Amino acid sequence: MHELGIVFYIIRDVRKAAEENHVSRVSAVVMDIGEVSTVIPEYLMDCWRWAADKEDLLRGAELRINTLPAVSFCGNCGKEYPTVAHGKTCPFCKSDNTWLLRGNEVEIKSVEVPETIEN
Amino acid sequence: MDPVKVIEIKKSVFADNDEDAARLRKELKDNGVYLLNLMSSPGSGKTTTLIRTINLIKDRLRVAVMEADIDSDVDARKIKDATGIESIQLHTGGMCHLDAEMTRQGLGNLPMGEVDLVILENVGNLVCPAEFDTGAVCNAMILSVPEGDDKPLKYPLMFSVCDLVLINKTDVMPYFDFDMDRCREYIRMRNPRAMVIPVCAKTGEGIDAFADWLCTRVAEWKK
Repeated sequence: MHELGIVFYIIRDVRKAAEENHVSRVSAVVMDIGEVSTVIPEYLMDCWRWAADKEDLLRGAELRINTLPAVSFCGNCGKEYPTVAHGKTCPFCKSDNTWLLRGNEVEIKSVEVPETIEN
Repeated sequence: MDPVKVIEIKKSVFADNDEDAARLRKELKDNGVYLLNLMSSPGSGKTTTLIRTINLIKDRLRVAVMEADIDSDVDARKIKDATGIESIQLHTGGMCHLDAEMTRQGLGNLPMGEVDLVILENVGNLVCPAEFDTGAVCNAMILSVPEGDDKPLKYPLMFSVCDLVLINKTDVMPYFDFDMDRCREYIRMRNPRAMVIPVCAKTGEGIDAFADWLCTRVAEWKK
């Protein structure tokens, strides 16, 4: 349910970027979302449609999501492994002394603006 | 397809909130105010635990409470009636968590120079509040016995952001398959630094340990 809150954060940041770049219309927002970020892409999309269409700047704008794989590091054997398949336990040495390297991202990668509309 | 211009942003959506939270922590430090962000599932006994605890420490510390809920002022009223301390209700307007800006607005309604400890009772939820830094000096959570000893496995982020875990409702342990040692081990796996205190808000067991912990932390913060 925090997807709606995250959408409000995205809209705030996109609005700021639009002001800085003097644009009045955005056609797409591209997000990088880590596999274990706890953000559910389908929910984010639904919330986005609902909230973005209420803004002149973002009406009809598409939200594109790149999913980034989660990777953990084992402090015991020094190897990396995919987090989703193995969780907290290293598949090589069975140690629990592991931590997440990446996969927690909730980032706005870029904003696309239609060239035809001179802002 | 129309040609598009791409504006690169490459920025976490939490970045602004994280910066704002760090600013708020600095302001709290300058004012000598300790802000505890208390989180849990709905019904774990946050309000009852707070009432017990505040009645134990209100002669030692000047305490205020901010209650965050989606709606109603039931909790703020309950705290005020049962302890007599300053208690305000924040409404999140349907949102499932508080962020640093909302917390700052709430603090603006309290007499800053006249409090040592502010306890923020966050929205009952183990997912969203863990994502958003409120600017609190310390995160704590309550896990109640009926919820099960395996909760740290199911909500890892919440347990990894908390410095203190209170295990509440210990009086009903005989009726549930709750293994305290196993629960401690699961919490340790998520966060080796987390302190665990078993309490029972109803009988008062363990509340003195929590009260002492709070007093020590507040005194350290004010140094």
